[in-house]
Amino acid sequence: MAAAAAPKRWQFKRPSVIPGFGLTLGFTIAYLTLIILIPLSGVVWRTAALGWGDFWAIATDERTITALEISFGAALIAAAVNVVFGVMLAWVLVRYRFPGRRIVDAAVDLPFALPTAVAGIALAAIYAPNGWVGQLLAPLGIKVAFTPFGIVVALIFIGLPFVVRTVQPVMEEIDREVEEAAATLGATRFQTISRVILPGLAPAVLTGFALAFARAVGEYGSVIFIAGNIPYVSEIAPLLIVIRLEEFNYAGATAVAAIMLAISFAMLFVINLIQAWSRRRYGYGV
Amino acid sequence: MDVSIRRVRKEFDRFPALHDVSLDIRSGELIALLGPSGSGKTTLLRLIAGLERPTEGAIFFGNEDASHRTVQERNVGFVFQHYALFRHMTVGDNIGFGLKVRPGSTRPEKSAIRRRASELLDLVQLSGLEKRYPAQLSGGQRQRVALARALAIEPKVLLLDEPFGALDAQVRRELRRWLREIHDTTGHTTVFVTHDQEEALELADRVVVMSQGRIEQIGSADDVYDRPNSPFVYGFIGESSALPVRVDNGELWLADRTIGLAAQDVPNGDATLYFRPHDIELLDGCGGCIAGTVAAGRRVAGTRRVELEIGGDRQRVEIELPVGHPAAQQSRVAFRPRRYKVFPAQAA
Repeated sequence: MAAAAAPKRWQFKRPSVIPGFGLTLGFTIAYLTLIILIPLSGVVWRTAALGWGDFWAIATDERTITALEISFGAALIAAAVNVVFGVMLAWVLVRYRFPGRRIVDAAVDLPFALPTAVAGIALAAIYAPNGWVGQLLAPLGIKVAFTPFGIVVALIFIGLPFVVRTVQPVMEEIDREVEEAAATLGATRFQTISRVILPGLAPAVLTGFALAFARAVGEYGSVIFIAGNIPYVSEIAPLLIVIRLEEFNYAGATAVAAIMLAISFAMLFVINLIQAWSRRRYGYGV
Repeated sequence: MDVSIRRVRKEFDRFPALHDVSLDIRSGELIALLGPSGSGKTTLLRLIAGLERPTEGAIFFGNEDASHRTVQERNVGFVFQHYALFRHMTVGDNIGFGLKVRPGSTRPEKSAIRRRASELLDLVQLSGLEKRYPAQLSGGQRQRVALARALAIEPKVLLLDEPFGALDAQVRRELRRWLREIHDTTGHTTVFVTHDQEEALELADRVVVMSQGRIEQIGSADDVYDRPNSPFVYGFIGESSALPVRVDNGELWLADRTIGLAAQDVPNGDATLYFRPHDIELLDGCGGCIAGTVAAGRRVAGTRRVELEIGGDRQRVEIELPVGHPAAQQSRVAFRPRRYKVFPAQAA
């Protein structure tokens, strides 16, 4: 009773029966610092050595801007494509039983395991004008390999499992009764899917999108083999960083890295905010 | 809308869930399907809704054979045990959903839908909660919203599958009374499934008792309680005690003694005597009665329930005594059921 009557003071930690808050939080912070924060602050530190003037010059350099545009643009397009087809793929895997389902299910993870350089070489070989798919597209005037389009293809490849694997478990949890309820209320199959099921999946889809996007922004290995790497056309920001490093221009490299870091963090933070908001609203795992 | 179920059979993967069930539901009636789990009551409800298709037989809505109509075409309101609300929609949108998905020609205006939703919220006593999300409501409130959503489409029949099954006892009782009121106001033909006999008896105009995929008895609460037509119904509805007896020329015999009860129309031979534990008279001596040794006694609410061991094979039966009754202290009690029913052994 005394505790209840005491004036409410702000507490860092709410009283809880679950022990170990101090220990686990301490470990979390130490671990995060060691693995993520120190290396990343190194980027900022190095960049700071440049001074504003130089940094601004690098940041507004046209080559930098184009590379960033290509990186983020291609990553956004690839993540968007992955959302559409990843959700569809997850749907097929969750809803239907067909021979070879387990093989398809396992194949989804391959982009996780494959060295991305291998993926890049394979994609380049297939989509090159004389490759299997490339020679079919060439007469139509569509060039994939060695163009920005090729970058998108590579990013779709590496991002797919993120969407499928985040959406799949949530989709499996969908209550059959909710669909039946929609049907008894007169909703057609299409209305049930578009108005009931997909909106319910939105938070998971958003997570998948964020992961696929984040992965695509940082992707290097597969892209450089298929992109052609023409400056101002198909040169991605991670490649520009490597080029600067090879020129021993460490400050220039870290400047580009710092800009990427800032944009990525801002975008992921916004996505997280949207998720938190939708979770609270819809009451998912509060 | 009258609903008529005609000789319906349903198998799941060759496993029969319903055998040859026929049932006529009159327009405006409130009917309970009551039975233990696995009795086929939910299957029957889903067949009426069109969520399942019968293996054989037909279901008529009025004079029209609805058997081959899809769920969407049947226009039934269905309320699920676990509410099945759309959690990404507000309460108002949930209720309006059935109207919003109608094809353009029959779809009401947006403002009309909103008005209807708020009327229904008034009906289910949740006025002003349009903007809430289902996650922000209690279980009882969610089930009310589910009912409002089902009512919004002006269903021909209202079907409820264990509507109060997931709620606690207090809320259940409250919602039960409230559902009865809603039924009386709206007059929808209503079928609800329950395994709670108290709920069925209190709420329904007629109770359909089901067991193992068959209908055992259809009748009012009085019918199924006072005149059960099978040992199953006797045992399932209300408290009951059973005692193996022998019938000889219309007299009941327990071992080598007659117990002073008549059993007309029961063939000679082994039989089972059913009676209600509270519906007995205690006797002093025992010339024609059932006598037993007190084995255990429990206090249950306003009565004392005494377990007796009867006869050489120590058959146990329960009787109920008033709390202060001295018989509870005795080691032997003699009694005779006031009302009882005897079923021949093969039927038991």
